[in-house]
Amino acid sequence: MKLSGAEIFVECLKKEGVDTIFGYPGGVVLNIYDVLHKQRDIKHILVKHEQGAVHAADGYARASGKPGVVLVTSGPGATNTVTGIATAYMDSIPLVVFTGQVPMSMIGNDAFQEADIVGITRPCTKHNYLVSDVSKLASIIKEAFHIATTGRKGPVLIDLPKDVSVNKTEFKYPAKVDLKGYKPTFEGNPQQIKRAMEYMKKAERPLFFTGGGVILSDASAELTALARKTHIPVTSSLMGLGGYPGDDPLFLGMLGMHGTCSANMSVQNADLIIAAGVRFDDRVTGKIAAFAPKAKIIHIDIDPTSIKKNVRVDVPIVGDCKHVLQEMKKLAAAERGVQWKKKHESWLAQIEKWAQEHPMKYRERKGKIAPQYVVEQIYEVTHGDAIVTTEVGQNQMWTAQFYKFKSPRQLITSGGLGTMGYGFPAAIGAQIACPDRVVFDIAGDGSIQMNIQELATAVQHRLPVNIAILNNEFLGMVRQWQQIFYDCRYSFTCLSSGPDFVKLAEAYGAAGIRVTKKEDVADAIREAISIKNTVVLDFVIDREANVLPMVPPGAAIDEMIFEEKKGKEKLTPEQAEKITG
Amino acid sequence: MRHTISVLVENKFGVLSRIAGLFSGRGFNVESLNVAPTMDPFLSQMTIVTSGDDKILEQITKQLNRLINVIKVMDYSEEKDYLQRELVLIKVSAKAEHRAEALRITDIFRAKVVDSSQTHYTIEVTGSSEKVNAIIDMLKPLGIKGIVRTGPVAMVRER
Repeated sequence: MKLSGAEIFVECLKKEGVDTIFGYPGGVVLNIYDVLHKQRDIKHILVKHEQGAVHAADGYARASGKPGVVLVTSGPGATNTVTGIATAYMDSIPLVVFTGQVPMSMIGNDAFQEADIVGITRPCTKHNYLVSDVSKLASIIKEAFHIATTGRKGPVLIDLPKDVSVNKTEFKYPAKVDLKGYKPTFEGNPQQIKRAMEYMKKAERPLFFTGGGVILSDASAELTALARKTHIPVTSSLMGLGGYPGDDPLFLGMLGMHGTCSANMSVQNADLIIAAGVRFDDRVTGKIAAFAPKAKIIHIDIDPTSIKKNVRVDVPIVGDCKHVLQEMKKLAAAERGVQWKKKHESWLAQIEKWAQEHPMKYRERKGKIAPQYVVEQIYEVTHGDAIVTTEVGQNQMWTAQFYKFKSPRQLITSGGLGTMGYGFPAAIGAQIACPDRVVFDIAGDGSIQMNIQELATAVQHRLPVNIAILNNEFLGMVRQWQQIFYDCRYSFTCLSSGPDFVKLAEAYGAAGIRVTKKEDVADAIREAISIKNTVVLDFVIDREANVLPMVPPGAAIDEMIFEEKKGKEKLTPEQAEKITG
Repeated sequence: MRHTISVLVENKFGVLSRIAGLFSGRGFNVESLNVAPTMDPFLSQMTIVTSGDDKILEQITKQLNRLINVIKVMDYSEEKDYLQRELVLIKVSAKAEHRAEALRITDIFRAKVVDSSQTHYTIEVTGSSEKVNAIIDMLKPLGIKGIVRTGPVAMVRER
C-alpha cells in the first residue's frame, strides 16, 4: 500500500518506539499534523515557542535515555530551534528534529517562511538531511535515529519539504542501517586497556575524572564498581554529576572553576588521571599549561576528536565508557597481588586533609536567605531523589555544589553551550519522561524569563514541575564577575524591575509561593511538592551571594578564591541607587 | 608544516559545504581544495592542502573522519612516497621583445602554449607546486597578466 510522506513520518516514529514528540504546527507541516490528529500512539506536546520544544525534547532524552523528537514548521519555526539544537550538540544529546520546508520547487526562491535550515544547522548537528524525494524518507529517518543514538550521540535534523509530505510511495522501513562513512568504535582496544591497568597498578595518587560520557553510555554501575574495587577517588565535571554517587566517601565533588578544594587539589597532585567520557573543557582545566602537571593521563572516549584535543594523553582509549570500564573492572579483579586499599591509603588521607581545610561552605547573613541553603533544603526535602534541571549561571553552580546527585540522569543542565532558558522546558520534558518523579528546575530570575512562556505548556499538561527561582534581582553570575574583576561596576545586570513571579504564575494558572524568610524555605518546598500542579517558588535571596570557591579565568585550578574580599561584598548606597535608579 | 590530505567522500548534497564549514568553523587553514568525482559516481575525491602543527593535523583528520559523509581520510605525510601535481594556466606578455624568452622558458619547463594572441601567450604547466612556482618566477619579469591554479592533487606511488 502506498502512504503519503506524512503517514510515513508517523509510521517511522512508531517503528522507532517514539511515544512523545514536542512541536509547534505551521503552514508546511499541516499534512503531518493532520495525520497526527488521526492517531493515538504518539502524544504531541504543544509548546509555546520552538526553542522550548527542543529543550523539552532534550530534557526528555536526558531523563529517559531515549532520543527526543521535535516537529516544527519552516522558516522562523526552524530557526527558533537552533539554540536548542546547539545546546544538545554541545552536550551530545540524541535528538531528531523535523523541520517543515517549502515545497522542493520553491526552495531557493525566497518563498514565504523559507529558511535554509540545513545550511544554518550544519555546524551544530551531528548530521542533517534535506529529504528531496518521498521514496528516501523512511531510510533517512532510520539513519537519523541511528546516527543520533550511537557513537557520540547528538542531534540530527531532517528538513521535510511540504510536497514530500504529500507525495505517496510504497512504505518499507529498512531493517538496518549501513553507512559507509559512519562506523563508531564501540569496544576499546584490549592492549590499550591492559596498558591502562599497568598504569593504575603503579600509580600512587590516581584519580578518576568522569563526565557526561559515563551517563550517556549508562556506565555508572561499571564506574562505581571499578572505583570501589580499586579505592580510587572520583571527581566529575558538571556533565558527569550523578555518574558516581554524590554521597559516597570516594566522591570529591565537581572539579574546575567552581570545583571543590579537594577535587582541584587532587587533580593538581595526582600522578594518574583516568578520564572517562570527558573532553577537558576550559571550565574544567583552567590554565591548560598548568593542568594536572604531575599526572599521566588515561583518556577513554567514544569520540576520537576529544582525545588529545586540549590536553596531552598517555593512554588514549577510543571506545564506549561502559564497555571499557567493564573490561578494566575485570582486569582489576584479576589482579590479586595488588593491595588497592593500602596502596591509596595515604593519598586518600591527603585528600581528606584538603577537604577539611576548605570544606564547602557559604555565607549566611542575618535576615537573608542564602541561595545555597535553598538548594540544600531542596536536597533534604526530596531526599536527594529529585530530577533537577537548572538554568545557567549562579543557580546552576550552586545546584552542582550543594545537591548531591546520587544517580545518573538526575541532573539535567546545559553544560557546554550554557543556555539560559534551558532548565524549565527541560524540566517539562523530564517530567513527561518520568511522570512519577519529583522534578525541580532550579532557576535564576534572569534565565527563567528566557522561556517562561512554557508555563502555559506545563499547566496545560498538568505537569507538577516545581520551579525554584533563586531571585536576587540580578544576572547573578555576570554581576559576580563585575564585582570581582570589574570593581563592582554592575553594568546592565540589575533586574530589579520584576516581574512579580507569584502573580505571573497565577496568571498562567500555576501556583506561586514567595519565600522571604529562611525558616519558611523547607515548608515552602514541601508545600510545592504536595501541589499537583506547576509551582513557581520565588525565593528572595541574598542579592550579592557569590559562587565560591572560584578559579579566576586564566589561573591554574589550584589557585582558588575561597573567601569574598573584605569590604567588597556590599553594594555601597551610591551603587545601590545607581543600579536601581 | 604544509600537508596534503586526501578525503574520499560520498557524492551527496552539501558535502563540500560540510567540509568547508568544518575548516572555517574550527579555524583550520585551507590553502587549496580540489574536488571531482571518482570512477564510482557515488564517490568524490577531495585533495586539501592545509598547514598546522602535528596537533592541529591530528584534529583535522579526526574531525574530517567524524563527518558522516566522509569515508576515508589520508594525510600524505613526508615519509609516504606520493605524487603531487597541479595544473596552472599563465597568461604572459608576448610582445615582440618577450616572445622568444617566453617560449624558451616554456620549453625549459616542458610547459606548452595553449593560446596565443598579438599581445599574450597562455601557457599551461603541470607539475609539483615547486615547479609551478619556479616557472611563475621566471615569467614574472616578462609581465604576467593573470594565473589560474587548480591546487595540487595527489596519489600514492605504486611499488
